Amino acid sequence: MNKNNDHTIGFKTYIAIWFCLVVLTAITVTVSGLNMGRYGALASVLIASVKAALVLLFFMHLKYERPFLKLMLLVTICTIAVIIGLTFFDIGVRY
Amino acid sequence: MSNMSITEHRPDYEGSRLGMWIFLFTEMLLFAGLFLLYSVFRTRYSPEFHTSSVELSRTAGTVNTIILLTSSLTMALSISVIKSGRRGMSLLFQSLTVSLGILFLVNKYFEWGAKLWHGIYPNSPELLQRGKGKTMFYGLYYLMTGLHGLHVLAGVILLTIMFIMTVNNRINREQYVRLENSGLYWHLVDVVWVYLFPVFYLIN
Repeated sequence: MNKNNDHTIGFKTYIAIWFCLVVLTAITVTVSGLNMGRYGALASVLIASVKAALVLLFFMHLKYERPFLKLMLLVTICTIAVIIGLTFFDIGVRY
Repeated sequence: MSNMSITEHRPDYEGSRLGMWIFLFTEMLLFAGLFLLYSVFRTRYSPEFHTSSVELSRTAGTVNTIILLTSSLTMALSISVIKSGRRGMSLLFQSLTVSLGILFLVNKYFEWGAKLWHGIYPNSPELLQRGKGKTMFYGLYYLMTGLHGLHVLAGVILLTIMFIMTVNNRINREQYVRLENSGLYWHLVDVVWVYLFPVFYLIN
C-alpha cells in the first residue's frame, strides 16, 4: 500500500540488536584492558566495525534496501579503504 | 488508487531516502579523512597517544557510548510505531531520543570542561610543554569529538523539528519519510561515535 520503507522490523529484533551493541561495548572495554599491544588496536577496530554493521543493517534498514544502495555504500567504503591504504603505503615507503 | 491521473502528485519516498544516503556518504568521507589523519599521527607518536588516552575518562566515554546506542534504539522504535499509526508512542520515543542526545552533550560538556580546567586545550601553554605527540592527540581529540558533538547538536535540533511536525500531524502513518531520514542521520552520528570511542578512549 505505501511506497515507504515497507519492511517493518519488530520491537524484539530492535531490542536484541541494542543488547548486542551494549555487550560488544562491554567486550571492547574489557579487551582494551588486556594489554594485547598491536592486536588490541586491531580488535577494537574490528569490534567497532561489527557494531557499525549492526547499526547500518538493522537500525538504518540497509538489510532491506535495494542492492543498488548497498553497492553505493560498498563503493564509499572501498574509496575510504583505498585512500587509507595508499596513504599508509606512502608513509611506509618514505619514512 | 486505481484511477490514477498523470497529474497526481506522488511523493518519491525511495528517491528521498536515496538522497539522504548520498549525503551520509559525504559525511562518512568527511570523518574518514579525520580518522586517516588520526591514524597517521598515531603511528608516528604511538607512546604519547597511549599516555594521553589514559588521561581521558573511560567511564565518561563508556556512558556516552551507551547513551548514544540507546538513543539509536529509541529512534528506530519511534519510526517503527509511527508506521502502525501509534503517534503518542512515537512522540514518546522521539522525545526520549532528543533527551538522550542532550544528555550526551551535557556529559561531553563536563568532560571537556574538566580538561579545559586543567589547561589542556589546543595551543595552550600547558599542552605545548608536553611535546608534539600530546599536542597532536589533544588537537585531534578536540577536533573530532567537537565535530561529532556539532553533529549531535544538529541531530537534536532536527529531531526537535520532527517532533513538532509529528505533533502537527505533518508526520503520520502515511508520511514519515522525513522522520526516517532524520533517523538515518541520527544513526550515522552513532556509527561515527562507535569508532571515536575506542580510538580515543581505549588505546593501550
